[in-house]
Amino acid sequence: MQIYTAPLRDMRFVLHELHGLERLYALPAFADFSDELVDSVLEEAGKVTREVLLPINASGDEEGCVLDNGVVRTPKGFKEAYNVFREGGWNALSAEPEWGGQGLPKCVGSAVEEMICGANLSFSLYPGLTAGAVEALKSHASDELKQRFVPKMVEGTWAGSMCLTEAHCGTDLGLLRTKATPQEDGSYKIDGAKIFISSGDHDLTPNIIHLVLARLPDAPEGVRGISLFLAPKFLPDADGNPGQRNGIQCTALEHKMGIKASATCQLSLDNATGWLVGEPNKGMAAMFTMMNTERVGVGIQALGVAEAAYQSAVAYARDRIQGRALGGAQHPDQAADPIIVHPDVRRMLMTMRVNNEGCRALAAWVSQALDLRTHAATEEERLEAEDFVALMTPVVKALFTDLGYESVNLAMQVHGGHGYIRDHGMEQYVRDTRITMIYEGTNGVQALDLVGRKMPAHMGRYLRRFFHPVAEFIAANKADPDIGKMVEALEKAFGALQLTTAQLAQSGMKDPEEAGAAATEYLRLFGLVALAYLWARMAKVAAGKLAAGDPDAAFYSAKLISARFYYERILPQTSALFLSIKAGKGAMMEMAEAAF
Amino acid sequence: MKVLVPVKRVLDYNVKVRVKADGSGVDLSNMKMSMNPFDEIAIEEAVRLKEAGTATEVVAVSIGVPQAQDTLRTALAMGADRALLIQSDQDLEPLSVAKLLKAVVAEEQPTVVILGKQAIDGDNNAVGQMLAALLDWPQATFASKVEIAGNKATVMREVDGGLQTIEVDLPAVITVDLRLNEPRYASLPNIMKARKKPLDVKEAASYGVDIAPRLQVLKVAEPAKRKAGIKVEDAADLVMRLKNEAGVL
Repeated sequence: MQIYTAPLRDMRFVLHELHGLERLYALPAFADFSDELVDSVLEEAGKVTREVLLPINASGDEEGCVLDNGVVRTPKGFKEAYNVFREGGWNALSAEPEWGGQGLPKCVGSAVEEMICGANLSFSLYPGLTAGAVEALKSHASDELKQRFVPKMVEGTWAGSMCLTEAHCGTDLGLLRTKATPQEDGSYKIDGAKIFISSGDHDLTPNIIHLVLARLPDAPEGVRGISLFLAPKFLPDADGNPGQRNGIQCTALEHKMGIKASATCQLSLDNATGWLVGEPNKGMAAMFTMMNTERVGVGIQALGVAEAAYQSAVAYARDRIQGRALGGAQHPDQAADPIIVHPDVRRMLMTMRVNNEGCRALAAWVSQALDLRTHAATEEERLEAEDFVALMTPVVKALFTDLGYESVNLAMQVHGGHGYIRDHGMEQYVRDTRITMIYEGTNGVQALDLVGRKMPAHMGRYLRRFFHPVAEFIAANKADPDIGKMVEALEKAFGALQLTTAQLAQSGMKDPEEAGAAATEYLRLFGLVALAYLWARMAKVAAGKLAAGDPDAAFYSAKLISARFYYERILPQTSALFLSIKAGKGAMMEMAEAAF
Repeated sequence: MKVLVPVKRVLDYNVKVRVKADGSGVDLSNMKMSMNPFDEIAIEEAVRLKEAGTATEVVAVSIGVPQAQDTLRTALAMGADRALLIQSDQDLEPLSVAKLLKAVVAEEQPTVVILGKQAIDGDNNAVGQMLAALLDWPQATFASKVEIAGNKATVMREVDGGLQTIEVDLPAVITVDLRLNEPRYASLPNIMKARKKPLDVKEAASYGVDIAPRLQVLKVAEPAKRKAGIKVEDAADLVMRLKNEAGVL
C-alpha cells in the first residue's frame, strides 16, 4: 500500500531555518505573510494531499483514462478530488491576487507542489498545465484575452493545456506544421495535429483553454516562424460561458508507461478558432517564459514521488522480518530481524533520504529566486535572481529527475519481489517517475542548455551567481569546528567543477562536440556540488541548534548524520565525473555510424 | 444566536503515542499536535448553523499552552468568527476545564455550547456533562444530528444499541459524536483570513476559579503487548483451555 505524509518538519527546516523567508516578508508583495501563516498553509496542504489525492493514486493508475465516443473520462474519484482541490483555493496558490490568486511566495508554492506530486503525480498535471498556460498568457496575451480567460483559469473553473509537440517534431519545434490562417475579424483558423498533449482533454472542467504553437502563412522557416495561439475547447458566449464547440477533438489517448490517470491526448485541430498570443512569429519566446518555470516544476515532481517512495521503503524495511543482522540477532524475541538492520538496506534508505533532503533544500533556494526575480526591491537584485534561475533551471530539472528515478528504483529494491508486483505500489512510482526525465525537454537537452547556453551567457555572469556564494561560504567556514572537514571536501569538489568549467569553456568554443560529449556528466557534477554546498549549510544550522540545546535534538542529529553520509558516500562520485569529462569525446565520436 | 465551541489541542491522531521513560505521562515534545477530532466536528456543526442562518456568531475557545493558538487558528480557518485562548501550563482536569468554561459562558452569553464528546488524549468524556451541571443547563450528549428551531434543539443521540432523539430547551450543552458531520478542509483564502480574525489571550488565573488538581497521576504505562495466539487441537481442547486456562467458562 502506498503511504504519504508530507515532510512538514523538513520543509519548515528548509524554508525557515536554512534559507529564511524574512527577506520575502519584507517585500510589499508578501507583507501579509509570516512563518506561522506559511506553516498553516503547509499543514492544510499536507492534510488535503494525504486524505484527498493519495487514496486515488493507485486506483487511478489501475483504471487509467478512457476515450469514449470522443469524450475523455478521468478515473473514478478524480473529478470529486479536483473539486475539493479547486474549492479549497489550491489551484490559485501562487497566482497574483489581481487575477484572483492567493499570492503565496513561489517557494511555499513549490513545497505544496511537492506534496501534490508525492500524493498523486497524475493528478498534479491537471492544475499544473493550467498554471503554465496562465503564466504564458499573463506575460504575453493582450489585455482583452487576459480578462476573458485568465480569472477563470486561475480559479480552476477552466483548465489549460500546452499544445507543442507534433508527430514528427518534439525537441526541434522548428519543424512544426500546424497552420494558422488570419480571418477578417482578427481571429485565426487553426489546422493541424498535435500529440503528447497532457490534459489535452478531460472531464474535470467544462472548458479547456489550449495554447497552440502554429505557423502563419508568411512565416519564415524554423523556430523564427512560430506563433502562439489561444484556442478554447468551447468558444465563450456573450456571457463568458462555454458556448459553441470549437474544432478541436481528442482523436486518441497515448498508451503510456506511467502517469496513466493523466490524459495524454492526440488532438486534431480542424478549422479551430483561435487568437494570437503575443507577437507574430515570436511564439517560441512566449512558450519559453512558461517552459522555464515548468522545468523547475518537473524536477519537483520527481522529488515528490521520491519522498513518497522513501516513506514506503522505510516502513517496509522496519516491518519486513527476514534473516538476522550480520552481527547477531537484534530482535531475538522475533522469528527474524527486520531488514532495516542490514548495511545494504541502510545504504539504499540513506541514499534516498539525502537525495530527497538535498533536492528539497535546492528547490527552495531556486524557488525563492523565482520570487525575487519578480518582486525584489532593486533592479540589481531582480537581475541577480533572474540569472540564478536561468542557470539552475536545467540543473534542477535533470538532477532531480535523475536522482528521483534512482530513489524510486531503490525503494522498489528495498521491497524485493514485493516491489516488483503491483500490490505495494512501488512499480507505479518507477513507471510514473520515468517520464520526468523525458518531458519538458529531455535531460540530455537540459545538459546542453547548461553547457551551451547558460555557461557562456554574458561571459559567465550566470555562473558567477552560483560560484560566488559557494566560494564565500567556503572561505568563511573552512575553520569551523563543526563543519570544517566537510567544507574541505566541498572546496575540493568545487575546485574540480571550476576547473572543468574553464576547460569546457575553452574546448567547447573550438569544438562544440566536446561540450556536447561532456554535458550530461558536467550537469551531474554541477548538481552534486550544489547539493554538497547545501548539505554543508544544513549541517551548520543543525550543529548550531544542537549546541544551543534545541529540544528537537533528534531531528538535528539525524540531519548531521545525513550530511555526513552525503559527504562520505555520494560526493566522491564527483572525482569519477571529473575524470570521465576530462577524457573528452573521442571514444564516442570515433565509432563509425555503420558500426553501431 | 451565539455558539460557543471549546476546542482542545491534542496529540495528532496519526502519531504513535510514546510514554515517557519515567512513567510520568505521555511524551509530547516535538510531536505533531492537532485539534481534537471530535472538536473539529463541533466547529463544523457550528459553522453550518451559521451558514444556515441559525447562528449569528461562532466563538472558539481553547484552554492550554500558548501553542493552542494554532488550534484556534484552525478553528478560525474553518469558519469561526473569533477565538479566545485561556492560557495555562497546567494539565487541567475536566472539572477545572468545565469551571473555566462556565466563566466564559457567563461572559459570552452563548445560546448553545457545542463541543466534542471527549478528547482523544484523556478520553474522559466528562467536560460537557460537568459544564451542563455547573450551568444547570440541559445537556444532549453524543449527538449524531442536531436541529435548532426557536427555543429548542432536537438532537439525535448515539446510545448503546441504537439512536435516541431528545428535545432540549435552550440554552443547552451539546456534545458531538463521530457521525454528526464530516469536517471541511480549510480553504486557502480562509487560512489567510484566519490570521486577521480576533484572537484574545487571557490567563487562567484571571478568572478567579479554583483549578487546583483533585487527582494525582500515579503511573502512565503502555498497554501490555498482545501475546501470540495458539492453535488448539480440536473443540474439546478449546473448551478445556477456556475452562482451565482462561477461566471464562
